[in-house]
Amino acid sequence: MILARIVGTVVATRKDPRLEGKKLLICQLINPRGDDEKGYIIAVDTVTAGVREEVLIVQGSSARMAYGCKDTPVDAAIVGIVNQVDLEP
Amino acid sequence: MYLGKVIGTVVCSVKDEALVAKKLLIVERLYGGGAVVAVDAVGAGVGETVYVCRGKEASFAFKETEVPTEATIVAIVDEVQRPA
Repeated sequence: MILARIVGTVVATRKDPRLEGKKLLICQLINPRGDDEKGYIIAVDTVTAGVREEVLIVQGSSARMAYGCKDTPVDAAIVGIVNQVDLEP
Repeated sequence: MYLGKVIGTVVCSVKDEALVAKKLLIVERLYGGGAVVAVDAVGAGVGETVYVCRGKEASFAFKETEVPTEATIVAIVDEVQRPA
C-alpha cells in the first residue's frame, strides 16, 4: 500500500454503473516523510476522506476487497486516513 | 516477494474494517527500491529484515478474512546467505 495526499476531486457523470455513488479523489503520491513524490492516482474513497488529508491507498486487484468495492472496476481504493507516521531515526 | 527492512509505523484511526487491529509498517526494499506500507501478519517490528508478499496474494495471509492489502509481511528473516 502507498501513502498519498488528497489534492482534488473528480466528477464523472457518465461512468460504469458500479461506480455510481463512489467518490473519486485525486491523490498526490508522498513518501513516508510527507514530501511529494512524482505522480498521482485517482482512487475511490471508502473511508470518507477529504481534500488535504494524508491517506493509505491499496492498489491492484486487492482494491476490490475494500469496503463496497466488490466486483467493481476499481484498481485503487483509499482504505485509511493517516494520523501519524513514525520513522526510525 | 522481496526482502525489506521495517523503517517505521503508520497509525490510521479511520480505516477499512478489515484493517482494524492490524499493524501497518513502512518497509523499505533491500538492494534498492522504494518504501511501501505493508500489513504485518507475523509480529514484525521496526529494524527487522522481513519478507514481503506483494499483489493480491498478499491478502491470502489473512484468509478467510478479505483484507484489502497488496503488501503483507509474511516472514521475519533470520539470516540471508548470498554468494560472494
